[in-house]
Amino acid sequence: MIDFGFKLSPSSRIDLDKVDRTLLKRIADMEPDFKKCMACGSCSATCSAGAYKATSMRRAILALQNGLTNKALEELESCMLCGKCTLVCPRGINTRHLILSIQKICGEK
Amino acid sequence: MKKNVLIIGGGPAGMEAAHQINKLGHNVILIEKEHDLGGHLAKWDRLFPTGRNAREVLDTLKENMKGINCFTDTEVKSINILKESYNVILSNGITILADAVLISSGFDLFDAHKKEEYGYGIYDHVITNADLEKYYKTHNDERIKNPKRIGFVHCVGSRDEKVGNIACSKVCCATAVKQACEIKEEFKDAEVICFYMDLRMFGRGYEDLYLKAQKEYGIRFIRGRVSEVSENIDKSLQIKAEDTLSSKPMKVSLDLLVLMAGMRPSKSGNDIGKMLELSTMEDGFFNTKDDFNNLQQSKRPGVFYAGVATGPKTLPETLNEARSAALEIHNYLAETL
Repeated sequence: MIDFGFKLSPSSRIDLDKVDRTLLKRIADMEPDFKKCMACGSCSATCSAGAYKATSMRRAILALQNGLTNKALEELESCMLCGKCTLVCPRGINTRHLILSIQKICGEK
Repeated sequence: MKKNVLIIGGGPAGMEAAHQINKLGHNVILIEKEHDLGGHLAKWDRLFPTGRNAREVLDTLKENMKGINCFTDTEVKSINILKESYNVILSNGITILADAVLISSGFDLFDAHKKEEYGYGIYDHVITNADLEKYYKTHNDERIKNPKRIGFVHCVGSRDEKVGNIACSKVCCATAVKQACEIKEEFKDAEVICFYMDLRMFGRGYEDLYLKAQKEYGIRFIRGRVSEVSENIDKSLQIKAEDTLSSKPMKVSLDLLVLMAGMRPSKSGNDIGKMLELSTMEDGFFNTKDDFNNLQQSKRPGVFYAGVATGPKTLPETLNEARSAALEIHNYLAETL
């Protein structure tokens, strides 16, 4: 094939068809509160690590729902398990426990 | 013989219902625990979305109440449930044999002290929506001293499982946007920021108010819930939220923070509910007989509701409920003749 000097960039579009539903189900079975997030951002606002490293419970949940497992794990990588996010969550999600469960199911990075 | 209708709660719902039931030819007795009629409306300065003077609305309601039996500073002491009526003993020693009872007990404003992380009652410059309305009426509040940057926190005590209220209080979004415009008018150089989770501008004219807040008043809207507030040494406030749209944690210092306290079931209303063995839903507000066809009736014959007793409502909705309760009571009394 002739090389025209062009290449295709991989699409950054979220593809919901490629989301691993069984993985989401496993997380939700272990942590039913996983489904309760309303994306208010309280957890990320108060996160001790978030001001320095891209760390966000909200983004991790969103990434998992969009099938971006690695991205979710990256978001939790710098978590120090201080539990402040659990204190501020208005939906009463035990975010600290959820982080541990996500890492247990998806594997730590 | 005229039938007796007892109305418990002299806010807008009770007052409007009293007027209508009286017009329909029944004998109305209205009781109110506070010294003045008007409920929360009497404490409010202006109303969304038009900025209508609350006083004018209240004056009309009061005008319509002329000639109606009304006891203020009065509460219900006990109720005897009889076969087709209710024997109600009041705290002023009067006993009323009521053929129908209307509960228009309204709401209590959420106690913002409970959200300790926002520092109400702890820091010098944290106030509530009700405090701000009082300021607009009196221009007297030591906490408001020519602020240069002002924040509004939506959903304080609403949509919050931690404080035991998962429900939306319905009116705070529009109230916050209204108050934000008003404070901008008061302090023209100030920067005003609203922190919201969702802006629920559902009513007629509300979206226009939102647009006006952006276009004419330059209010900044940030989508993120405030997670915590702390006080700087100079008494200004440091607040944390996530700007969820840019996906970054954010901090900002403010000179004044206004907490949009939501609606909680009225405590004294719920005490009456216990006397009448009425059921409430999970949110603590009363259960109606049917959530579509019988919104004004309780499950107990002869006991009716109007207004926020059955969940958060705007003022026009409350007044409409009062009118519809009047009609329901009128029909009920005609049937039980």
